[in-house]
Amino acid sequence: MTELLKKIFHFYYDGFRSMTVGKRLWIIIIIKLFIIFAVFRLFFFHDFLKSNFKTDQERSNYVIEQLIKPSTNHK
Amino acid sequence: MEHFNMALVDWSRAQFALTALYHWLFVPLTLGTSFILAIMETVYVKTGKEIWKRITKFWMTLFAINFAIGVATGIILEFEFGTNWSNYSWFVGDIFGAPLAIEGIMAFFMESTFFAVMFFGWNKVSKGFHLTSTWLVAIGSNLSALWILVANAWMQNPVGMHFNPETARNEMLDFWAILFSPTAVNKFLHTISSAYVLSAIFVIGVSAWFLLKKRNLVLAKKSIVVASTFGLIMSIFMIITGDESARQVFKTQPMKFASMEGLYYGETNAPLVAIGFFEKAPSPTNPNAKEWAAKVEIPNMLSYMAALNPHAFVPGVHDLVHGNEAHNIISYYDRIKMGKLAINALNEFQLAKKAANDSTAKAALKTFETNYKYFGYGYYDNPHDLIPNVPLTFYSFHTMVGLGFWFVLLFLLALIYSVKDKLLQKRWLLYLALWTIPLAWLAQEAGWMVAEFGRQPWVVQDYMPTLSAVSNIDHTSVMITVFLFAVVFTVLLIAEIKIMLKQINQLKDGGQE
Repeated sequence: MTELLKKIFHFYYDGFRSMTVGKRLWIIIIIKLFIIFAVFRLFFFHDFLKSNFKTDQERSNYVIEQLIKPSTNHK
Repeated sequence: MEHFNMALVDWSRAQFALTALYHWLFVPLTLGTSFILAIMETVYVKTGKEIWKRITKFWMTLFAINFAIGVATGIILEFEFGTNWSNYSWFVGDIFGAPLAIEGIMAFFMESTFFAVMFFGWNKVSKGFHLTSTWLVAIGSNLSALWILVANAWMQNPVGMHFNPETARNEMLDFWAILFSPTAVNKFLHTISSAYVLSAIFVIGVSAWFLLKKRNLVLAKKSIVVASTFGLIMSIFMIITGDESARQVFKTQPMKFASMEGLYYGETNAPLVAIGFFEKAPSPTNPNAKEWAAKVEIPNMLSYMAALNPHAFVPGVHDLVHGNEAHNIISYYDRIKMGKLAINALNEFQLAKKAANDSTAKAALKTFETNYKYFGYGYYDNPHDLIPNVPLTFYSFHTMVGLGFWFVLLFLLALIYSVKDKLLQKRWLLYLALWTIPLAWLAQEAGWMVAEFGRQPWVVQDYMPTLSAVSNIDHTSVMITVFLFAVVFTVLLIAEIKIMLKQINQLKDGGQE
């Protein structure tokens, strides 16, 4: 088992080390993932229903309220 | 409509459109190149000739660049679902949950695992295992696309579900009906075949550049043989699936179909506008010009395309808005009335449930269920708000179709001159192949615009318009992210093009048959 894990580790380690275009690509990937998850996700993209309501029942009630808005506004 | 913040709706749409359009710049190249690689490597394993290994490794590098730059750009779309489109996400949750979960698991296990073997495994694993991994990367990435496209197809043609008025969610009744709906099957086949065509054009275009520069001639010629054969077969398949898709659109989204052809007044023996230009739009707020400045038609072709009958009646925008008794078309005016009945009944049902008034709840539910199929129309007062931008849909559709036929011709010419070994003498063809690369992407984006602009105002056809799908958030933050995305994606695109060009340019001559 340890031998297998070692083999897998070396497979990836040697693979990454021998990459030729890899370095620049990895920098781009890391910057991109940072922007997506640390900037966009954290500051701009909160899950609206999860962050504003605690239970599925509350979320259902809210969405229903939104869906019937034209009807309630007419009354 | 006055109950909705239209600035928020418009900015949310702009944000989603921008993200999806950019995401789709990367995806089709991954989908198609993965199969071209697998074919090339198969030739290498079968023949044992080192040149095929060199060819495979070169295209694999370009594939990796595209994959690395494009990976995770689709995640932003999922963020947007939760933040900007929360009503929609809740409404479709149970339907989308299954396909997207399968997509996530497949993408992770198949692509990620075998991707590593494909790149790091040369000379470390057996030829057979490496080849299997390359094929599994191709199959895995295409299966990922399947689930996303199934979810999109359900939005265009919602089937196999039941709306629960107590939870406001659609619940899946029949997974197989969703997976094998004609819209889903055609959408998947048409989209992936168009991605294969794009990738084949990319390979031919880059190889043409090598031939023009008189570099890497063996690699370029052999790559063109593979790509033009693959591209020719796939482009014909793309036209067949496109034709079938059009028939599905005619059946399930007749307004989109009328817009694709700029058909304002329905007719029997309807001609197909092969090439056409509208008169200038009356105003920016009313883009739907009804007169043609010029057009070339093919008699009866539209009727045939729609119903496989050259004399069939094809409804136009006017027939759909005002109805047509002779052809059993319910007017948008009537649909709006029934939609309002459904919305009111949902409200009454909720109130009766809260008051524990079972008989009223039962009656309201009956009215709701009778009229539910027109639910989304109830958000509108003016049927003209339910018409998509006809000129935009028309031009996008005709651009896509026109380029599709050009691609078939290009593959045919490239294959013929490859077989005759006269490619080097046909410099005009090499230049055309090179300049067709951006056109392949243009056709992809035009196709996306037909599918998505043509179905407006619907996010879920007939049930949920975009205006009721958005979250009640401040539109300023949406506006900011539109500009942020534009900057980030443009930088990524420039990085991809620069790295790719560098790789192509520095490929040293070498390798003989």
